[in-house]
Amino acid sequence: MMNRISPHARLRRRGWLTGIAALGLAGLLAGCAGGGSPAEPSGDGYTPPAKDFAAEITYGVWDQTQVDAINANIEGFNKEYPNIKVNVNVTPWGDYWTKLQTQGSSSTLPDIFWMNGPNFQLYASNGMFEPITSIVDGGYIKPADYPKALIDLYTLDGVSYGVPKDFDTIAVWYNKALFAKAGVEVPKAGWTWDDIQTKAKAISTALSGDGIYGIAAATDGQSGYYDTILQAGGDVISADGKKTGYGTPEAAAGIQFWTDLITSGASPNIQQLSDTPALTWFTSGKAAMFQGGSWQRNAMVQSDIKDDVQVVELPKGERQATVIHGVANVVSAKSANKQAAQALQVYLASKAAQEQQGEMGAVIPAFNGTQQAFVDSIPQYDLQVFLDAIAYSFPYPVSKNTSAWAGLEAEILLPAFNGDVSVDKANAELATKVQAALDAE
Amino acid sequence: MTLSLRTVRTPVVSTPDRRRSAGPARTDGWWPWAFVAPLFLGVCVFYLWPILQTVYFSFTKFGVFGGQTWIGAANWARLVQDPDFYRAILNTLIYSAIVLLGIPVAVFLASLINRPGLRFASLYRVLFFLPYIAMPVAISLVWRMMFNGDFGIINYALSLVGIDGPHWLSTPGLALISVSLVGFWGSFGLAILILGAGLKNIPVELYEAAELDGATPWRRFRSVTVPLLSPSVFFVTIITIIGSFQLFDALYAMLGPNNPVMPATQSLVFYFYENGFIRNDKGFAAAIALAILVIIGIVTVIQFRLQKRWVNYD
Repeated sequence: MMNRISPHARLRRRGWLTGIAALGLAGLLAGCAGGGSPAEPSGDGYTPPAKDFAAEITYGVWDQTQVDAINANIEGFNKEYPNIKVNVNVTPWGDYWTKLQTQGSSSTLPDIFWMNGPNFQLYASNGMFEPITSIVDGGYIKPADYPKALIDLYTLDGVSYGVPKDFDTIAVWYNKALFAKAGVEVPKAGWTWDDIQTKAKAISTALSGDGIYGIAAATDGQSGYYDTILQAGGDVISADGKKTGYGTPEAAAGIQFWTDLITSGASPNIQQLSDTPALTWFTSGKAAMFQGGSWQRNAMVQSDIKDDVQVVELPKGERQATVIHGVANVVSAKSANKQAAQALQVYLASKAAQEQQGEMGAVIPAFNGTQQAFVDSIPQYDLQVFLDAIAYSFPYPVSKNTSAWAGLEAEILLPAFNGDVSVDKANAELATKVQAALDAE
Repeated sequence: MTLSLRTVRTPVVSTPDRRRSAGPARTDGWWPWAFVAPLFLGVCVFYLWPILQTVYFSFTKFGVFGGQTWIGAANWARLVQDPDFYRAILNTLIYSAIVLLGIPVAVFLASLINRPGLRFASLYRVLFFLPYIAMPVAISLVWRMMFNGDFGIINYALSLVGIDGPHWLSTPGLALISVSLVGFWGSFGLAILILGAGLKNIPVELYEAAELDGATPWRRFRSVTVPLLSPSVFFVTIITIIGSFQLFDALYAMLGPNNPVMPATQSLVFYFYENGFIRNDKGFAAAIALAILVIIGIVTVIQFRLQKRWVNYD
């Protein structure tokens, strides 16, 4: 599913313990720091607070592995505003959204917190965020500094509520050794849908004796059918979030891409991929290709096949396309310290803060031109392809209640990928049901 | 309320009629209630009030950030028309039936373990009880690995005798059976413990008398053990059914995300979870939760009715 789940097992376990510790610490701090100075009313427009402005704010995040980089950011922020105290509150991914929804219901959201694409419109349309309009008008944040698709992701009805702190795109990871063993030429930039189908099939045929497949098909949207539907020239949800692209011939082609890989034997089938996830097929050397995200570089470099791995841009369909997603910092509309929270929002969006995030290896920073550290992090992989992908990226498909239809996709598409149900039938069913869910918003 | 606590406390001592007439006169005053109050308040605040609220929510459209809109019986109308609901009931019944099959086996195993003079009796008891104290999710993950269609140990063992094993957890129909088998296996621990305690209450003299009359071990099991154990069996049946109606974690952990058979395999509680927490439709989920409560209630009442035919309290 979403990128932030993906480094899961590790993230979740560590997140739990430190999350509990952080909670205790936050409680302690809240107990000690009685009465910061009351917030000045921020009025309509954002102006940076005075240098000695005193406040205490909470920053809600879900990824424990990024806390070191966040603390480094806050240190920099405190050089500018020494009297604004920032408490970082880590809630592990599994509980983050449940907790956030409860906080939203009781007007106790953190002053500033992380937001992702699928949840953004739900919160924005319920008036949970402070717009960044006045920050942008004042020139404190320039939207042109970030990938446009991500600015669009955090804009609803022409109003922007956040800028991305990081991003991720999709490419094809492949195993050089398996290509060599099968006698198939490795993929190169500029390759096409036909190339990936032919190569995958050839490897499956050549190495079937070892139980090795050409590709482990992606069965999720972000690294799978969203990309291929876009490559076929279609879209999943229209830009205004009102109309689904399912039901069109382009969507059918994007779905058919995966059905072809599976029914031709180029990829393990849906049963096999359900029992053993695609990434595991790839990292255990049982599949030669894997379409996945930039966030999977850690899984690759920690695997037994790390020296055989390489990465190449997505193959071209009717056009070149990838889904892009990134996390944004948003300020709660009901924050008691809005001005301080916005000051932190501005600082975290700055080039210096994002460069630091990249250098500390936390994420690919979103600020244009700060990403070299990510590329250099694992020199033997051609990680540049993930940056080049910005040029042909499309925002992650979302609507006001993304989860209402996102659950339907897997349910309807999986049998079609397996060839148990015809692609046209699944496509038509999705068109009806997803549109009904959108209309209900 | 004028009910005396004494009537609750000593139901066996006097006949109901005498107590009822004497009750109000011999009331204990208010202070016994002070002792029950903490528990009573807890039950009200954490059980009764939420249940009443859930009833209310089931007639509303539940806003994502709180706020309910009254929509009458729309959720209920949708529920009774939803084929997924009946599918979930059927799946839950199949699961319960398979897990219930474990009870006769548990009776048999418990009487084997409780044979007088059996060596390592406590070891066996521990072995059978272990699955009960282990975390259900941990157990499910281990079984998930064993059931793996391509690399699992079960299919490896089958391949040694020339059988090409199926994908246990991702084939329609088979997935539910596989999960049920794990539930079947996991239910032994508690059942054997309770049944073992029941067995200890059966007087040894009855076995001796039966033996003198020339009863075979099988006959002694059937004519002494089984009838005298029936109250324990009844209790185990009740808690097993309630437990299996709440099937969720094993299903969730064993089938995993992106499993093609999940829609056809989901249990009632999973159906509730999906609507309440994945699709954010909490009003509809409240209706499902109440339906589950009612179904468990009905099944339990039926069991209490039927028990008169087979449970022996003498």
